[in-house]
Amino acid sequence: MADEKKIGAYICKGCGIGDRVDTAQMVQIATRDAKAHVAKEHEFLCNADGIKMIQDDIDNEGVNHVAICACSRRAKVEAFNFDNVAISRGNIREGVIWVRPDTDEAKETTQEMADDYVRMAVNEVKFMERPQGSEEAVYNKTLLVVGGGVSGMTAAIEASKTGYPVHLVEKSAVLGGAAARMYKGLPMKAPYDAPADTGVADMIAAIEADNNITVHLNSTLTKTSGAPGRFSADISAESGNTTTENFGAIVQATGYREYDASQLPELGYGKASNVVTQAELDEMALAANGGAIKTKDGKDINSVVFVQCAGQRSDKEGHLNYCSGHCCQTSIKQALYFKEQNPDVDTNIIYSDLRTPGVSGEDFYRAGQKNGVTFTKGDVSQVVQDGDSLSVKFKDVILDEDTAEKADLVVLATGMIPNGGVDIDEVGQDEPGQFTVNVDSILNLDYRQGKDIPQLTKGFNDSHFICFPYETRRTGIYTCGPVRRPMDGAQAIEDAVGATMKALQEIENAGKGRAAHPRSGDLSYPSFRREGCTQCKRCTVECPFGAIDEDEQRFPQFNEARCRRCGTCMGACPVRVISFENYSVDTVGQQLKNVDIPDEFEEKPRILVLACENDAYPALDMGAMNKTEYSAYARVIPVRCLGSVNLIWITDAMNSGYDGVILMGCQKGENYQCHFVKGSEIAHQRMSKVADTLQSLALEPERVETYEIAITDIERAPKLINDMAETIEKIGLSPFKF
Amino acid sequence: MADIIATNETILVVGGGISGMTAALEAAEFGKQVILVEKTPSVGGRVGKLYKYFPKMCHPTCGMEINQRRLKMNPNLRLLTMTEVSAVEGEEGNYSVTLKTAPRYVNESCTACGACGTAVEAEFDNEHNYNLNKRKGAYLPSAMAHPQRYVLDPAIIGTPDATKAKEACKFGAIDLDMQEQETTLTVGAIIWATGWQPYDAAKIQPYGYDRIQNVITSVEFERMADPHGPTGGKLLRPSDNAEAKNVAFIQCAGSRDRNHLKHCSRICCMASLKQTHYVEDAYGDDGKSTIYYIDIRAIDRIDDFHQKVKANPNVTFTKSKVARIDENKGNGNPILRGVDTEGYNRYDNEHDLVVLAIGMEPSVSDFPMKVVVNENGYIEQAESNGGIFAAGCSTDALDVNRAVQSATASALRAVQVVNRVAGSEG
Repeated sequence: MADEKKIGAYICKGCGIGDRVDTAQMVQIATRDAKAHVAKEHEFLCNADGIKMIQDDIDNEGVNHVAICACSRRAKVEAFNFDNVAISRGNIREGVIWVRPDTDEAKETTQEMADDYVRMAVNEVKFMERPQGSEEAVYNKTLLVVGGGVSGMTAAIEASKTGYPVHLVEKSAVLGGAAARMYKGLPMKAPYDAPADTGVADMIAAIEADNNITVHLNSTLTKTSGAPGRFSADISAESGNTTTENFGAIVQATGYREYDASQLPELGYGKASNVVTQAELDEMALAANGGAIKTKDGKDINSVVFVQCAGQRSDKEGHLNYCSGHCCQTSIKQALYFKEQNPDVDTNIIYSDLRTPGVSGEDFYRAGQKNGVTFTKGDVSQVVQDGDSLSVKFKDVILDEDTAEKADLVVLATGMIPNGGVDIDEVGQDEPGQFTVNVDSILNLDYRQGKDIPQLTKGFNDSHFICFPYETRRTGIYTCGPVRRPMDGAQAIEDAVGATMKALQEIENAGKGRAAHPRSGDLSYPSFRREGCTQCKRCTVECPFGAIDEDEQRFPQFNEARCRRCGTCMGACPVRVISFENYSVDTVGQQLKNVDIPDEFEEKPRILVLACENDAYPALDMGAMNKTEYSAYARVIPVRCLGSVNLIWITDAMNSGYDGVILMGCQKGENYQCHFVKGSEIAHQRMSKVADTLQSLALEPERVETYEIAITDIERAPKLINDMAETIEKIGLSPFKF
Repeated sequence: MADIIATNETILVVGGGISGMTAALEAAEFGKQVILVEKTPSVGGRVGKLYKYFPKMCHPTCGMEINQRRLKMNPNLRLLTMTEVSAVEGEEGNYSVTLKTAPRYVNESCTACGACGTAVEAEFDNEHNYNLNKRKGAYLPSAMAHPQRYVLDPAIIGTPDATKAKEACKFGAIDLDMQEQETTLTVGAIIWATGWQPYDAAKIQPYGYDRIQNVITSVEFERMADPHGPTGGKLLRPSDNAEAKNVAFIQCAGSRDRNHLKHCSRICCMASLKQTHYVEDAYGDDGKSTIYYIDIRAIDRIDDFHQKVKANPNVTFTKSKVARIDENKGNGNPILRGVDTEGYNRYDNEHDLVVLAIGMEPSVSDFPMKVVVNENGYIEQAESNGGIFAAGCSTDALDVNRAVQSATASALRAVQVVNRVAGSEG
């Protein structure tokens, strides 16, 4: 922006602000102390007249930086929306008058709070630039789909239907994945009472007929680099040919592999004849193609026992400690294969919990019952050969007795293991290229932090966000199907449509230089001053999204389209060379430095609160709506993520005479709630080192506290501020007051 | 509402719960024009009334905050609250939709300062808390309400309270002359996301929800656990406000039952497992939970949550469909009668409080458009639905995660329609 910065500060008197604080004084402070070019007060700033007053200044006075000192930044967002200007918000309502009592005694400190928030808002906006958008933005409409099973084929077909070309890469020689090896699938339409066509043949036909979809069979990705809008992938065929293609986004639908049933000798697999897995039975049924299913040695099958949860839902060594979700219904489907052929075949499903959820699941369960499938709640301990047939030993849980049943065929409902590629958290991130785990990478990402998408748990690439299931930690790469979470075919199709939506959306946003979720639409991006960089690599290691690589001279290489704008890199940088146009070390640092620090004789401490804008800040706001009071000595600054908190802010605060600092972030650890995944955790780690800094200043460690705050902590968050005020009362004011 | 601009490249999303919000936001962030209509005064739906999510035990309001911020920031999306769809005509790529907007009696000038709420006197059942407490006749639906704008209960219009509210407002935000408005729009595709409602527990006669005070539903229990709720987060039973330390959870209350809902409502097992944590969080080892169940459906990778609860000595699992609940007239305790099917033992178990893990039924039964609906009342995917796509719990009983997936998928289907329209016209 070549234009000169011209700051307008606007102070609202509405909602009781004018009754509680001296807004004329705040106007003076804005111009005299904070050097705003224009400062005005208004009875009711968010109404049409107030908005017009501001807009007129923008249009006629050249105001291009606006500080609005009224309600919380969460309120009246639509009203205070001006084009082509930078905007900051001073929170006088929820942050001052609603958290302070309306008494004569409190008047002075309430006024001080309000005055400070004016100084803060003006100084924040002074250091903000209006984001211009990334120059790296590239628009490439082509989607890369990895995996040619039901999920991947769905993604390809749906993307093409939306008008986006697709390259579909499949490792094997055919499309169709696991479903192609099945005789039939689960029903996908009411009345959900019989096995149904898998739909695989139709999907393959649709793909083959679609000029918009290029299929690469017998192929894998040997290198993937770039960022949304400009991914480059080496697609290598078994034959040795490699082609390089460019893509806007990627859908990873690499599915699952079968659990190795030979780890279940107690269930007879590999020992007794005619013990098969569900997948093997489906292959047998496919071979029989509607005829009677025979044993491998060609004998009739008159009785079948299905053993549910074989090697699943168990903490035993070598077992899967999760439920694969589809197996109960798959066993019903397979029992119905036999019943459709010959109703006299005995089919018994031995289960611990029958899991047939929703409309389709329960209807299908009833169809099984109606067709004479037996369901036994039991716990199978052993399957052994018993002459020509098998004996299944189990505890009948209902009759509370140990018993056994004979069967010609035993089917083990074994689980699915996701094909998620290399677990990059396992192999460590220190030196790129050194992976010891014996799993092939799927994506072979040429990223500093590793070759594949980080896994969440049990090998699945799930997001761990209940509200945002598609958010991976690699921007522009979305997973779907059983690689993301155990699921059946119908769910995989729905999942693939959703992932395709996110991928195509990211193609559009990357083309415009806009951030992806959760700061969707944000045009800012991190930039760094190369000359100041010491190549310490902290930013490249800490970025929760692996957005930063290293260039040949070992400087950080920001990939803007991979960045989610959380600011963790900015918080990490010890030399403070990383910043965003509208969020930087200065936009926060100048706020805290411009708070008026009374000298020690006034006995008015100052507490700096850096609060996550998504959870802690709203919690404080909602506490304020209930008029929950907190100390008048607190000054709250919202931050994008606690991960963006740079230690310099703490040091600056301490050096300028603050008496305490509170950091409020989201829950970290296994059940993290941080929307930037790692931000809160990283901040907690950084702060654990702040004790040294305090010690070097001869300050008590309890002057800085870091908390995990939930959005529902409407009473706890204000209380923590009051606790700090009490602590300061006990240990005394900071000696660093001037 | 003359300023609403809609064309056959616009997507209409019906329902402002998690599914509708998601579908609307995903489409809008794709760059499409979206109109989101919500029947009640604010968005959030059922999810906005939950205290915590399974399996992370995190707060739905956390994701809601992000979604609301996305709503506030997105210029492609227009939200209309207190609005219902009364008629849909036309075909894929060209629908004519009639909307009815009920009067809020509060206009955009509202700052949510709360003066009107303080001024009025009459109180009404609080829908946000499933009527477990009262709210004023001028109210903000919840602390998280978006739009952050008050609403007047129509029952106070014409009463002195209405005048009091109007006089209290310094900003001219109260307009007592507002009338119902009807608007007709053209849109290209429709996403139907009207969600679910709890099955009417009183219909399950043997459980005595309408007779025994200390028999409540799982959605009501959620409100009790919430610090924003009617008890300020304390688990107090309705009859005497005593602490409910010995809590029974009855699974499949209305679900998997031909007399009620034929389907499995999917979420209830995990919801009860989650709610045992509330009991333990409130009372530690003094808090005891008993889950009466048929099958525990803690499906897929979150089964470990079930395993952990199962290992908790303060939680008992009884495989039984409870036959009947009576009340101990002396202390108000519900007495559960039935047979434990593991070993066939009869029981008469007394608890402080019974929580019915209530089933989900579709919230709309009379659709204003032609769509394929299954026996359970959910909308099926079908070619003949044209450019109308169901999302979330309009399609099936779904948990939040799956509802969001479904909504994201439906957004793509709607985008495909408007892209076709744009292509054929461009």
